[in-house]
Amino acid sequence: MTKRAIRLLQGNEAFCEGAILAGIRFFAGYPITPSSEIAEEMSRRLPLISGKFIQMEDEIASMGAIIGASLTGLKSMTATSGPGFSLKQENIGYASFIEVPCIIINIQRGGPSTGLPTYVSQADMMQAKWGSHGDYPIIAVCPASVQECITVTILAVNLSEKYRVPVIILSDEVMGHMREKVEIPLPEEIELIERKRPTCPPEEYKPFDDVPDYIPPLANFGEGYRFHVTGLTHNEWGKPAMDPVSTHKLLTRLKNKIDRNIENICKYETLYCDDAEKIIVAYGISYRVAKTAVLKARENGIKVGLFKLITIWPFPSIQFKKICSKAKHFIVPELNQGQIIGEVMKYAPKDAEIVGVNKYDGTILEPDEIYKAIV
Amino acid sequence: MAVIHKYLRRMVEFPNVWCAGCGNGIILSATVNAIDSLGLSRDEVVLVSGIGCSSRAPLYVDFNTLHTTHGRAIAFATGVKLANPKLTVIVITGDGDAAAIGGNHLIHACRRNIDITTIIFNNYIYGMTGGQYSPTTPFGDRASTMPYGNTDQPFDLCKLTIGAGATFVARSTVYHAKILESYIKKGLENNGFSVIDVLTNCHVIYGRYNKKGTAAQMINWFKENTVNVNTAIKEWGNLETAEENLKGKILTGIFKDKSQPEYTAEYDKLIERLKEKAVK
Repeated sequence: MTKRAIRLLQGNEAFCEGAILAGIRFFAGYPITPSSEIAEEMSRRLPLISGKFIQMEDEIASMGAIIGASLTGLKSMTATSGPGFSLKQENIGYASFIEVPCIIINIQRGGPSTGLPTYVSQADMMQAKWGSHGDYPIIAVCPASVQECITVTILAVNLSEKYRVPVIILSDEVMGHMREKVEIPLPEEIELIERKRPTCPPEEYKPFDDVPDYIPPLANFGEGYRFHVTGLTHNEWGKPAMDPVSTHKLLTRLKNKIDRNIENICKYETLYCDDAEKIIVAYGISYRVAKTAVLKARENGIKVGLFKLITIWPFPSIQFKKICSKAKHFIVPELNQGQIIGEVMKYAPKDAEIVGVNKYDGTILEPDEIYKAIV
Repeated sequence: MAVIHKYLRRMVEFPNVWCAGCGNGIILSATVNAIDSLGLSRDEVVLVSGIGCSSRAPLYVDFNTLHTTHGRAIAFATGVKLANPKLTVIVITGDGDAAAIGGNHLIHACRRNIDITTIIFNNYIYGMTGGQYSPTTPFGDRASTMPYGNTDQPFDLCKLTIGAGATFVARSTVYHAKILESYIKKGLENNGFSVIDVLTNCHVIYGRYNKKGTAAQMINWFKENTVNVNTAIKEWGNLETAEENLKGKILTGIFKDKSQPEYTAEYDKLIERLKEKAVK
């Protein structure tokens, strides 16, 4: 067997490695700090493998372009940061509603507004879930190392294809610019999931069918299955249908597609959670800092555990409730004023004490800041 | 049987969303006739639209159809075309959709000269939202948000898109249905970004605000108040002098028809160059 290549990569470069390994062949983007290296790398790499790169005129256009490209069958991606993520929201909701797979990387920087273009934050966690109008299904994932920038991107592409849903990769400035040693997985080691295609005759094809697994097959434009796609509320054929029965049926299926698959979708890791009296719930760059604090606390005999979120949305509520049912204290370190702590409050035992360790000054947490909250 | 009957979707119930007498059906029919006359397979045709009265058109016809968000049809169409250049991509849009909220995409697609044919259903008004003034509402005309007459200046969409780099630019009206069809056909044949600005009657809202009469009277107004660009140049020597003498009249015809490198073809050449380099 060929050996895995070992390289020193920046997070933003690693996202591109992961994307290309996962089969991304179309990228549209717009320059924005601190995500621009992703567009630069994709502009260099994609034409070498007959893929397509385009720098669009704005953030909204690049979101539109990847949806259009995905409808022709190409796995498609864009990358951005805070202000661009805000601009993309309408089309993210559209992609979710018409059930088109696509990947949006958000290298989070300090906000609000132009905020801190070159400094870190984790303050778009809720926007990733609620940023577009209406109730809509979405998946968001979060890597915590440069190696995971590769593996989590592959996971994101697979989830997007499997569930016909946009997947947001929520990273941050430090992760995007940090360099670490990575092992590039070999193509034969990667399991790729492709979107379900129709097998019925074209005249019977219902692109938004209410199928038992909630995920109807998606045909490519140009291959004989001519269908209508609209952002209006629609029936299983794609025809606008705005009556209460059709509306309720469609929105319920879209909700079930994610909610009934939480255990299949959600990825997480645990450390010392079995006997933990206190559990830290962390993700991304804050997870790494928390890990140092937890190891130190364990050395000092404190029964503390660590629940690492890889999937942010849907929140792994079922697994979290099982694993964390006995803990009495929860600590949620975040680079924001308290966002994912709200989810922890929803699913932690009723009488638990839950505290946030929040930093929102453009710098990352220090291990001692979390350690102090543990002891 | 009219050509359009061959292309109507079976799943759709009629009547359509448009008001009785609306000119939009004439433009849709001309579009379908142009597609049919070129012998294109319906599988290879993609119709992309934005939001507004115009953008409801793709639903009714049996192609790959994509009804997108307001103003963004050209951005989506760019993704479709670049991802699969074999497809014939047509954008159906309106004056508000293309020139206001989508103005940036319009000019950049012109600049890129990507092979997309954009048909602008230009009725001088936001019809679907109840008659607000648009970027093409003539100066002085009334609208629900210009109750005392328009103090804003309109775009000339042909001049705008010529300036931005579109390689085929024409204007017609719903009165000139057959000529319109020939322009759309030429637009589809042009390997580059084509714009067909089509004046259409919104007698129900724009017409009512501005006392333009019935659908028939408005369509007749297009006949009486347009001058073909070739006729104008023949009579007055050049376009500038013609425009000075044409006060109140609207120029129609083909304003630009020029071959220029097309975006997706250039990108494919790049891929080929890189392949050759890799072999060496």
